[in-house]
Amino acid sequence: MLLKVRNRDDKQLGWLVPNTFRCVCLALFLFSATFLTASGQSSAQAPTASSPTSAAPQNANPQIPTPTYSASQQPRAGLNIVVLDPAHGGTDTGARGTGGIRESEIVLQFALQVRRALEAQGFQVIQTRMANENPSFDDRSAMANAQVGAVFVSLHVSSTGLPGTVRVYVNSDLPASSGGREAGGLIPWDRAQAPFLALSHKLGDFVQGNLAVRFRGSPGSAQTAALRQLRTTAAPAIAVEISSVSVNDRLDLDRMAPGVADAIARGVTYFRPSYVVAGVPGGLR
Amino acid sequence: MVLGGLFGAVIIAGLYFPILKQRVKQTAKIQPQSEEQARRELTQSLTTNPTEARVKAKLFWASNAHDGSLTPVSIDLPLSSDPALRAKQVLNTLLAGPADPELRTLPPDAVLLAFYLLPDGTGIADFSEAMASSIPSGIESEQRAVDSLTRTLAANVPQVLRLKILIHGQEVETLAGHLDLTGSFVVNPRAAQAAIAPQPDVTSPSI
Repeated sequence: MLLKVRNRDDKQLGWLVPNTFRCVCLALFLFSATFLTASGQSSAQAPTASSPTSAAPQNANPQIPTPTYSASQQPRAGLNIVVLDPAHGGTDTGARGTGGIRESEIVLQFALQVRRALEAQGFQVIQTRMANENPSFDDRSAMANAQVGAVFVSLHVSSTGLPGTVRVYVNSDLPASSGGREAGGLIPWDRAQAPFLALSHKLGDFVQGNLAVRFRGSPGSAQTAALRQLRTTAAPAIAVEISSVSVNDRLDLDRMAPGVADAIARGVTYFRPSYVVAGVPGGLR
Repeated sequence: MVLGGLFGAVIIAGLYFPILKQRVKQTAKIQPQSEEQARRELTQSLTTNPTEARVKAKLFWASNAHDGSLTPVSIDLPLSSDPALRAKQVLNTLLAGPADPELRTLPPDAVLLAFYLLPDGTGIADFSEAMASSIPSGIESEQRAVDSLTRTLAANVPQVLRLKILIHGQEVETLAGHLDLTGSFVVNPRAAQAAIAPQPDVTSPSI
């Protein structure tokens, strides 16, 4: 593409770039500059929960894995993913018992058993953390918001409450404008839970009902609390809190794990036919 | 001569610098304590006034069942007719705790630094750091603490429709890792709903 320019004595004077080549280079440069500017603008926009109406889930954090499906593993319609959230982690140990029991460690062990029980029921399970790390509230919510056909279950151990009991919490009512969605079907990130509250209550009641059968003294239905973690989660979402780190022997908590895992798995399974989210590609209706 | 003067000044500065550094450190240590003390004294001096009428205040502490529920307890208190001052008085009594310390809902070392009442009915309660750092971490304990505040205000100060909680003058994300403090809590659901409902247009001509 480059032409050598020589004088009469055949001495090279320089390089000549033909006009057509210059035009092609300029066009390529403009195209790439436009593309980069557009992608930069979209990443700089305020965070918004991925709408159930959007065809492809958005991943707010590139470090958070988005599940990939092979051709034979296309996501089934309806609910088939459970995002399991062992709360706290890293420097945030959560509740601490006098015997040195740490909430962040216990919930990670509980998560392992809950995961197995859910997988046995045919659910795909995604954990917000696998080790002693502490993703932010938004990072944890983003993992659920990037999925289609998912529920979110956050695991906690309390400092108080009757030992040996388990309570399920659903987010309390959130102020929502335009029914929880703004123009274009987008859900505001800070009120992402608002359109899912009714489903969250249903899921919470199913799980709490199963827990009440196994753990005497536990409430019969889900309770409400203004939970930061659930507020930004755009999926049916519950928090399960086990009482408590104040037990004298850690084995008392360990013994609860199989029952808690089984109750959560059964509760989510019972909830499955109720998972009706209008306009969600994976949802029913 | 000039060099000698400069040399002397450098030596004096070198000797004085460590003393100055120590004084700055001491001042930095003393200041937050004295500020906290001053605010505490200011707020607590307003809480009781013997000339005010004694009324039966209803305060919500934990129930004996230890199931996370609250029980109302009636106490005779001299309460002000000014809603902001009245709110401060009942919340300080709530913080002081019940006869049985096991039934406390709020940390014993927490202090109400200030209480403001906005014209729209939003009460802003500013608590000391201990409210967040000394409360037992957990959804149940944090929600119970907020419930005891909102239910006590609802029972005694009807002018407070919503409650916003600040920690040492700042908005924080959570109380102790769980409960969301970025918004406000409804104290009086019916009145709060009525306050945000669209008002009829009084300027429109009536036919």
